[in-house]
Amino acid sequence: MKITRRVFLAAPGALLMPAATRADQQRLAAALRDFTGGQPMREGRVRLDVSPLVENGNAVPISVVVETPMTVTDHVRRIGVFNERNPQPQVISAQFGPRSGRAYLATHIRLATSQALVAVAEMNDGSFWSQRVEVVVTLAACIEG
Amino acid sequence: MKRIALALLMCCSIASADERRSGLLDMRPEAQAMQHDDSMNPGMLWVLDGEALWSSKPKPSAQSCADCHGDAASSMRGVAARYPALDVSSGAAIDLAGRIMQCREAQQAGPPLARESHDLLALSSFVAHQSRNLPIMPPDDAGMRATRTLGRAIYMTRLGQLDLSCAQCHDDQSGRRLAGSIIPQGHPTGYPIYRLEWQAAGSLQRRLRGCMVGVRAEPFAYGSAEFIAIEAYLMERARGMVLETPAIRP
Amino acid sequence: MARVLLRVPVSVEKGAVIEMRALIQHVMETGYRPNAEGVLQPRDIIWTFTCRYDGEAVFQAIFSPAIAANPFIAFTTIATQSGPISFTWEGDNGFAQTETRHISVT
Repeated sequence: MKITRRVFLAAPGALLMPAATRADQQRLAAALRDFTGGQPMREGRVRLDVSPLVENGNAVPISVVVETPMTVTDHVRRIGVFNERNPQPQVISAQFGPRSGRAYLATHIRLATSQALVAVAEMNDGSFWSQRVEVVVTLAACIEG
Repeated sequence: MKRIALALLMCCSIASADERRSGLLDMRPEAQAMQHDDSMNPGMLWVLDGEALWSSKPKPSAQSCADCHGDAASSMRGVAARYPALDVSSGAAIDLAGRIMQCREAQQAGPPLARESHDLLALSSFVAHQSRNLPIMPPDDAGMRATRTLGRAIYMTRLGQLDLSCAQCHDDQSGRRLAGSIIPQGHPTGYPIYRLEWQAAGSLQRRLRGCMVGVRAEPFAYGSAEFIAIEAYLMERARGMVLETPAIRP
Repeated sequence: MARVLLRVPVSVEKGAVIEMRALIQHVMETGYRPNAEGVLQPRDIIWTFTCRYDGEAVFQAIFSPAIAANPFIAFTTIATQSGPISFTWEGDNGFAQTETRHISVT
């Protein structure tokens, strides 16, 4: 997910996080609506772990854990992770059930630039829970040939 | 964890004021964790590929590395920690990758390995991995002195349109930030590395070429005497520091 | 066959929640990267990952171009009984690979 790099030397402006465009926000909202079928999402129960500052956007470790006993009557069915400013809003989605033990996944993702990540969990009762995290991605200081 | 403790021990045993630090410690904890976990470190893919190549014949009539060198864990232990070294046949300094290329041609009579090719990176990773956790110990060889002197001279020379020397960033400004990234001291403690920027494994020479392009200098050619000299100097500069291959770097 | 790194416990207690880790060598070309001539390189990624154990798919994930090269995934499952546990990756250009390990449940 390479974007055009400029040589930054003593450029503190590189750390400022420009706001996502309206189009970015709408696209993320549409992807979330698609995942939830239009159902409301509540903040909570979902913990999206990602470093607030990453030195390279090519392989960013993330993990998602959902607070749930994972029993037949109370478990996570799906987890979806979405982003705001990559070319596509989807990052990963996964299915879970009572045999999962924990509603947990970890992976390494690509972040094209500093942006928000949203993790959403669908519970077996049809409710949706989410967490939103902002990540700052620093770029390599020198471009490569 | 054990590796960091060992590195600290080595640093302390050399000089009470050893301020050298591996680029590992300049990375975020998540990236450090990626390096420390062999099931998460993509550099291990190249180590495993190298392990397979070690036991395979490059062509039916040739010997495999294992046919001469046996079990790499014992025969290659400590080897990467003392390269670049003097090549007896040519009288010139040679780096580990060059040595593997030479073996392939001279001893195995197999198809040549190209610099930065997957197979050469895999074999280099596998061999260097056998020295993981060992201290870097460049050979105390009078014949290497001239090479190291040349390497140090290049390290101190301003290069490129940006007119910067390695020393200006990696000696004078290490620990400070360049556009949000911490400038490391530039010790070759984990090569070949899995560099997140490349999304692949690569050699020290590839990394140095990246730096040279970064200061808008014409990069030295792969396998050049200049690069071997720089590596010889950097390894001497890192004497006693622990090898981490395969390292992760941003 | 792409190289894989797998962490699968060899022997576990029945009912224990076990963590599995899987990493496979794959470029995960996004389809958004131009080459040196400025031409977009075609997408070539792994799309799905499935873990099958004791008769069913116990974990399934859908990747995207936003998953890093040499994709890594970690997840858990409950140890039910001894037997094979398999990991299947499928993706563009007919990519398909399955790795199987054995779990001993006591």
